[in-house]
Amino acid sequence: MAEHRTMSEEELRERTRRLLEEVHPEREDSLTFRRVQYEHGLAWVHFPEGCGGLGLSPKMNLVVHDEITQHSSVVHHDPPASIIGIGMGAPVVLTYGSEEMKRDLLPRIFSGEDVWCQLFSEPSAGSDVAGLATRAVRDGDDWILNGQKVWTTVAHLARWGMLIARTNPDVPKHDGLSYFVLDMHAPGVDVRPLYQITGEAEFNEVFLSDVRIPHDQMLGKEGQGWRVAITTLMNERVAIGGGGSKRKGGGSIAQVVKLWQSRQPGAHSLAQEAILRDRVTSCWIENELLRITGQRARAAQKSGNPGPEGSVAKLAGAESAQRLWETALDLMGSDALGFEAGYELRQSAARAETPEALAKYQFLRSRANSIEGGTSEIMRNILGERVLGLPGEPRVDKEIAWKDVPRS
Amino acid sequence: MALDFTFTDEHEELRATLRSFFEQHSDEQAVRTQMASERGHDPAVWQQMAEELGLAGLIIDEEYGGAGFSYVELLIAMEEMGRALLCSPFLGTAVFAANVLKLAADETTQKELLTGIAAGQQVVSVAHAEPNGRWDVAGIRLEAALSSDGHSLTGTKAWVLDGHCADVLLVVARVDGGLGLFRVAGDAAGLTRTLVPSLDTTRKLAHLTLDGTPAQLVSAGDQSAAITQAIALTVAALTAEQVGGSQKCLEMAVEYAGSRLQFGRPIGSYQSIKHKCADMLVSVEFGKSAAYNTCFAAAAQQEDFLETAALAKSYCSEAYFRAAADTIQIHGGMGFTWEHPAHLYFKRAKASEILFGDPCYHREVLAGLVGI
Repeated sequence: MAEHRTMSEEELRERTRRLLEEVHPEREDSLTFRRVQYEHGLAWVHFPEGCGGLGLSPKMNLVVHDEITQHSSVVHHDPPASIIGIGMGAPVVLTYGSEEMKRDLLPRIFSGEDVWCQLFSEPSAGSDVAGLATRAVRDGDDWILNGQKVWTTVAHLARWGMLIARTNPDVPKHDGLSYFVLDMHAPGVDVRPLYQITGEAEFNEVFLSDVRIPHDQMLGKEGQGWRVAITTLMNERVAIGGGGSKRKGGGSIAQVVKLWQSRQPGAHSLAQEAILRDRVTSCWIENELLRITGQRARAAQKSGNPGPEGSVAKLAGAESAQRLWETALDLMGSDALGFEAGYELRQSAARAETPEALAKYQFLRSRANSIEGGTSEIMRNILGERVLGLPGEPRVDKEIAWKDVPRS
Repeated sequence: MALDFTFTDEHEELRATLRSFFEQHSDEQAVRTQMASERGHDPAVWQQMAEELGLAGLIIDEEYGGAGFSYVELLIAMEEMGRALLCSPFLGTAVFAANVLKLAADETTQKELLTGIAAGQQVVSVAHAEPNGRWDVAGIRLEAALSSDGHSLTGTKAWVLDGHCADVLLVVARVDGGLGLFRVAGDAAGLTRTLVPSLDTTRKLAHLTLDGTPAQLVSAGDQSAAITQAIALTVAALTAEQVGGSQKCLEMAVEYAGSRLQFGRPIGSYQSIKHKCADMLVSVEFGKSAAYNTCFAAAAQQEDFLETAALAKSYCSEAYFRAAADTIQIHGGMGFTWEHPAHLYFKRAKASEILFGDPCYHREVLAGLVGI
């Protein structure tokens, strides 16, 4: 897609207005509207014609959005459950899928009809995801899958899954992987909620028992799964800043300052008050520096000299969030012993009604910040090796067949 | 107002010029020579900094012979000086005294002394702190007395930057129920100046004993707010110096970790060392955010400038100290030797952490300002 078709902004606006004459977000529901939006090539204008796009440059998507916003009080945004499908599924199907797959799958991804999930992580393959153990064995025109995936967002709603499996255990780990599009309704696919320390289940476990998957559902060639996966991961939108509020003293820190200001008089001695106040102030400082570092990252990117600010923010953001909510609990004193919301296991997100309840929820939830999307230990390796240029750890699994690598 | 922390090509050029100047005139040998000298800086280099680079008058208006630059250029200069551990009256004279003069002194004094500073002809030092351990204006107790031809001062001032060799001292003292600025000649009668053997010998500090010393009042009205602002502006500049020093520590540590071999491989390939370097990187980057934020805020004369200065002094002090301490640790035995420069940064880091108030003090100031 290096070459973009030319279409003036005005032509694109005109085309968008024609879409709005046919269907209008104020009249039609999201599904109906987005189906027609796709047919008009206004889903992703940087995709080719016939695939929801017009072969234009990616920044022209903003023109479509702007035109819709100007003519409608209702905007049908990407459905929340479709974020993975739209962000990762559509680009990988476009790059590696057959014409038939593009025709069948892309419109349903955009409309929100089909939810997609990503089946990469496994219980035995976390940071070392390329060491994964789910096996795919060839059987005629099919492959037979056996294994277990974990930390799968929206798997319980998903129609399709992007899956990597090991098709050849006799070569080094990266070389024996293949990439599939899995029908989540196929027999043998068992999705179970994975309850976390908050009691809710944001993620799932997916068990695969003798699941048949047709060979033509493979994306890329056999043994090229890692390369396809990297393409998918590159399409994952990485938010710069790793948190941090938009304005000074805003966001999480405002909640904690509120807790501090509403503390029970006399609950702490003067010495305790001084220590707690210093801790709250330290959190305020970290929160502010995350915000400013994000600003610096954007300024550096704009000037074409991206520095290490972005990578730094993921690590620092995770750890400062944990310190922040730990401090919040300490401010509550003995009130922190209660957990009024309870730990009822549920798949819906918890809703915190009070600043205290929010703090207690975040105190638990923030433990994941230093694990998900790259553990803090992996982030430190990335900063040390890719940013500072320090030598890598010797790899004992690089040259040997996957089946001979010790694993837990 | 949102600051965007953009450095222009001219800024980058200034940085490159200063880096090469200090690499030439403030290399390790030059630093070691000056730290062992009594004066503490090389007057020839100071003269060159003033005349060739316009540094002495960097933030002084053009009408007084200065360059009339803002705190953005100053932050670049301070970063480079901190990196080079420059031994110089820059912080005391070109930053602290220049700001005090700009904010508190009468026009005649401004004209005379700012011109002298910009030309590199005068070392001017502010004496505000006293031996009571405080750095804020509330700690100033020394009371001026009326004399036949003006005022006289009797008491003690502490931790005066370059106080032992200053040509002119600007003493902050109580007068008429407020704070006034007094001009005292370096060789005034009844003035005893004692060079303090200091933790960080790259920055000279002196105690002053005044005994009926003649002093000229050069301000009108209470200068408490002006002095507070000038201290904060000096603190902001100091945080940029801290950032320059910590960046240099990080570079030394990474270079050594990549080249030192133990057990058959570079020590930087071990996660215990690599992760220490990664943590240094994080705190150096956050330190930059803090220092740039306060210096850009000073340049834009933002309302919340005092907050940004307190925040930066708290964070950059700890970041620099941690970076210098970890640099010693990563260098192992070599880092503990007199021969290796790591201890010079370590001592500068600790001393600049305490100078103008430690991190805990500045967090308290910040807490008060933002309502925590």
